[in-house]
Amino acid sequence: MSVQEYFSLVFTDYTLRTITLGTAILGIVCGMLGSFAVLRKQSLLGDAISHAALPGIVIAFLITGAKNSNTLLVGALISGLIGTFWIKGIITKTHLKSDTALGLILSLFFGFGMLLLTFVQKMPNAQQAGLDKYLFGQAATLVESDVWLMGGVMLIALVVLVVFWKEFKLQHFDADYTKSLGFNTRFLDVVMTALIVLSIVIGLQTVGVVLMSAMLLAPAAAARQWTNNLAVMIFLAAVFGALSGIFGTAISATSNNLSTGPVIVLIAAFFVVVSFIFSPGRGLLFKQIRQWKNRNDLQLHKTLHFMYEIAKTHQDISHPHAVKILNNFQGYTKNSLKSLADREYITVDGPMWSLTPKGYEKAINLYNQQDNLLND
Amino acid sequence: MKEKIAIKVDDLTVAYNFKPVLWDIDLSVPEGVLMAIVGPNGAGKSTLIKAMLDIIKPIAGSVEIFGKPYKKQYKEVAYVPQKGSVDWDFPTTALDVVMMGTYGSLGWIKRPGRKQKKEALEALEKVGMLEFRSRQISQLSGGQQQRIFLARALVQQASIYIMDEPFQGVDATTEKAIINILKELRKEGKTVVVVHHDLQTVPEYFDWVTFLNVKKIATGSVKDIFNDDNLTKTYGINYKVSVLQ
Repeated sequence: MSVQEYFSLVFTDYTLRTITLGTAILGIVCGMLGSFAVLRKQSLLGDAISHAALPGIVIAFLITGAKNSNTLLVGALISGLIGTFWIKGIITKTHLKSDTALGLILSLFFGFGMLLLTFVQKMPNAQQAGLDKYLFGQAATLVESDVWLMGGVMLIALVVLVVFWKEFKLQHFDADYTKSLGFNTRFLDVVMTALIVLSIVIGLQTVGVVLMSAMLLAPAAAARQWTNNLAVMIFLAAVFGALSGIFGTAISATSNNLSTGPVIVLIAAFFVVVSFIFSPGRGLLFKQIRQWKNRNDLQLHKTLHFMYEIAKTHQDISHPHAVKILNNFQGYTKNSLKSLADREYITVDGPMWSLTPKGYEKAINLYNQQDNLLND
Repeated sequence: MKEKIAIKVDDLTVAYNFKPVLWDIDLSVPEGVLMAIVGPNGAGKSTLIKAMLDIIKPIAGSVEIFGKPYKKQYKEVAYVPQKGSVDWDFPTTALDVVMMGTYGSLGWIKRPGRKQKKEALEALEKVGMLEFRSRQISQLSGGQQQRIFLARALVQQASIYIMDEPFQGVDATTEKAIINILKELRKEGKTVVVVHHDLQTVPEYFDWVTFLNVKKIATGSVKDIFNDDNLTKTYGINYKVSVLQ
């Protein structure tokens, strides 16, 4: 099956439609909520939460013996929340810094989860439980009820973000100030963390414990590059997330041996790379180009300024001078003279140059600009 | 004139990880003063104002704003945090940050409207930043960022202004602009509390001062208590006020 065939089948084929819808919704939810995690510099929290969910999945299986995803995800939700509260507890109650707390809980829970997982797999008749699919996810196991669940979480997240938009924006920019205005920041914190835990839990089946945090971070990091407006950033992150889900599913569905979760994450990473290089305001490429241009301009301005110093000693500012006298000054080349002439700052006539009124004006303003900068 | 007490701090003790940062502070800030809190690094200046603002919970003691706990009085108080305490790369504009000053009076969920925007624009004009209103905040200079923070507090139209080092890292022009606004606030009868570092400018800028070094060393009018004795007690080295003035 080619990618084109995939897109013609996606609206009619039940399985493809379910999986695509599921991964797209997951991308939207993760993009929206991940934006807040990124802005709050809590990128690693998602990683810790998703790893902390693993023991919950296995314990839920051990207790209920159920294989259906919803039961296992409840287990994931519970242990994810416990991990999160432990992290917050460690940060507030001990000397440890947040990265230490995150790393500690992540490895503790994940290690415990792996231990339980190997134990379960050695149990007779448990082999077919397929719990290890939660490590890297298996989108093919998504069924309609999973998609409804994801849709429900998306709706909740959307409503909560719209209702508390002003409060969340304020809190993520300046938490202390938010408190001083009389808002209950702990409530906001619990709501946002709960939403992030929920979004991680619904993604475990598709993307898995190990790669889940990338789903939160990548679309948001990519979106940040294109805009300086929070609402636009969240919208873009949702779009990038959805596209990652759709194209990831398409690519993995069309080539048999690629599992969906990692492909989705790689597509999301591709968006990040493209955004970091090509976005106009913050992208590396345009930054580099701007830097080159600035350097060139600066060089020209230096030459122009030197010419101005010579010209201003004469009554007629356009009095011609020999190109030779510029030799004392290292900043000039044939090219720079030509650039200055192109901009009509000077005229060049054989071995002589002369400043135009426009160039004179420009040279004076160079000074003023400098003054303006200093006054800022 | 200075009868009414704006901020009353009683037996306040704050500790981080069992190490006391503030020890048994008693302090009364009369209404209508422009007060500096001075003291060496680690003296607990920022902690004191955060405790006044109920951002930090003390292990003992209490704070009253006009005779009531902060929770009931937050509309009376405007806070200007240290400029370095937030991420200036946050995706928002200068006007948007100043609008945040209206969020407290709006309360939960309600969105700012035309009235709030008008107030924010007026505050921007007051601090001379109107032309930068749609600038992304990371593209503002340090002094401009400080003015934006001040404007955000002005929008709150509070009775008490509490500021954490508003002069840190700003140029002379901005410092002048800020102090003029603070003096204007005092003229309107507002109370202004400022964590301040530059001892040289204390007598010129402020009329009230608190010396702090974990314990309260002294508090009172600058005329009466800004002297070598208190400076030496606070900073532990010999200061000569005559040199400063």
